Amino acid sequence: MSQKLCTEPRILDQDDFYARLIALHEGLSSDESNSLNCKLILLMANHIGDREVLFEVLDVVRNYRPQQ
Amino acid sequence: MRSVRQTYPFARPSELDSKDRIRLPVIIVGAGPVGMAMGLDLDRQGIRSVILDDDNKVSIGSRAILWSKRALEVLDRLGCSRRILDKGVTWNLGKIFFGDNKEPVYGFNVLEEEDQQFPGFINLQQYYLEEYLKDEIDTRELTEVRWENEVTAVDQTADGATVTVSTPQGEYKLDCDYVIAADGSHSPIRKMLGFDFGGETFQDHFLIADIKMKADFPTERWFWFDPPFNRGQSALLHKQPDDVWRLDFQLGWDIDREEELKPDNVSRRIRAMMGEDFEFEFEWVSIYTFQCRRMDSFVHNRVIFVGDAAHLVSPFGARGANSGLQDVDNLGWKLALILDGKAPPGLLESYDYERVTAAKENILNSTRATDFITPKSEISRVFRDAVLELARDFEFARRFVNSGRLSVACILDESGLNTQDRDSFNSKLVPGSPGVDAPVTINGEESWFLKSIGNEFTAVYFARDGEKAPRGAAGLEEDCIPVRTVVISGQNEAGAGLLGDHKGLLRQRLDGRPGTCYLFRPDQHLVARWREFDLQAVRDAVARATMQFTG
Repeated sequence: MSQKLCTEPRILDQDDFYARLIALHEGLSSDESNSLNCKLILLMANHIGDREVLFEVLDVVRNYRPQQ
Repeated sequence: MRSVRQTYPFARPSELDSKDRIRLPVIIVGAGPVGMAMGLDLDRQGIRSVILDDDNKVSIGSRAILWSKRALEVLDRLGCSRRILDKGVTWNLGKIFFGDNKEPVYGFNVLEEEDQQFPGFINLQQYYLEEYLKDEIDTRELTEVRWENEVTAVDQTADGATVTVSTPQGEYKLDCDYVIAADGSHSPIRKMLGFDFGGETFQDHFLIADIKMKADFPTERWFWFDPPFNRGQSALLHKQPDDVWRLDFQLGWDIDREEELKPDNVSRRIRAMMGEDFEFEFEWVSIYTFQCRRMDSFVHNRVIFVGDAAHLVSPFGARGANSGLQDVDNLGWKLALILDGKAPPGLLESYDYERVTAAKENILNSTRATDFITPKSEISRVFRDAVLELARDFEFARRFVNSGRLSVACILDESGLNTQDRDSFNSKLVPGSPGVDAPVTINGEESWFLKSIGNEFTAVYFARDGEKAPRGAAGLEEDCIPVRTVVISGQNEAGAGLLGDHKGLLRQRLDGRPGTCYLFRPDQHLVARWREFDLQAVRDAVARATMQFTG
């Protein structure tokens, strides 16, 4: 159950952001992509800052199972 | 390699020639820094103790070299800080290096606030500190060290313990009220009594090379992640007195210990780090693995465990000996009150609770540092390296970098000995925090606030204009558990007997507006505070802090 984490759509031009996200990884090796993802996570996490939200994000992805 | 610095002669104990058994209040086992500090703390409290050590010398090799601000404050209270300040190497700055870059990723300062007597850390070889403690013991009446007196058995009775001591000239027994085991990480006492020492051993090796060299590096702590001279591992550089430098190389788990310890191989490592035509002498070389362990409880009836005997951490963060000295700080006054019949034996439960809490905190910090320094999975390493890359430019990422969270004083905010705040205070201190230092004047002479509190309960009162002392405070000195009152002058010029706060920093750090009263325990931890001086409230707080309430 979501407490503070916002999961409603908030990114206005989601296709544009998505394309840029994927473009970031173009031409990168798997190791480089991993490193880049880690930096993304760290920067975004710091921007969020709120401990409760961060822990909630961790819980959501830990428990997330796509439906078969 | 350095020879042993200081040896002490065996002296034939009188017990070998007498049938009379002596009963001592306290027997301390182990004359390391923690055991000797324990003796000195009890001495300050008027409690006699004998310290038994199976060896005849101070530590071989530098061993513990970082003494934290809080440990230095404890040592100051025990009368041992002057020589440490004179001899030791003071540092507040650290630098972090990563990979091939010769420039540091960033630097940091471990001292949060200036204007305190002690810096964040002083580096000093353990053998010097032990020598200073021993010399101080020799000036005291109530504390005695017996070298080459090995404890071979401890038998607990209902109201005490009997210790069997083996010496080069025979065996004897001593009776006591309490045994304090300060006998180190391998604690023979802990083994004799069959107590668990649960935790984990980390699968990694580190090589310490203490070397003597002339170098003009600044006096800072330098830490390398994945440097070219120790690829995939870490390294650490620290300065000690006498031109001795500590180099600490991470080696990994699969190593040939004997091979690594060969002087040629150690030299090869050092030259790779420092340069080919580099002159040095070895002082001490050792390979260690480390463990994070603790006993479930530090108090077992009449046997109390302190220091490494009770808890063990990795060296990153300097949380070993420094936490041992805080054990001493916590235990001395409590044990003295119990032995004097002024507090119930149950007060020891607060030692157990407060110091187990501290040990958990130290182990947690130490384990986390270890996981950052030696990532346990591939993704963990990728995150670690991402943090280090970002740290060059972003302050937030520097906060993640963990080369050891350096020892800071433990805040006992969950302790039942505290009286919770009724009033509000704009201060970093909370009940359970150690007192914060600040420059003060006593009769015009410059001094430090922390020198004015400690060894007994101390009420610190911020006087109103022209006020000399709060009403009724004198009576507190006559209580069964006396409370000394220290009055902070309300004016810039302190009158006789008052403490001057000439820079206004004490007022600022304690939010000490006129009328405010802070009550500190004998170990200088804050235990209660009020906006008004209330005699009964002070007495209630002392009663709570000494577990006088049984109901």
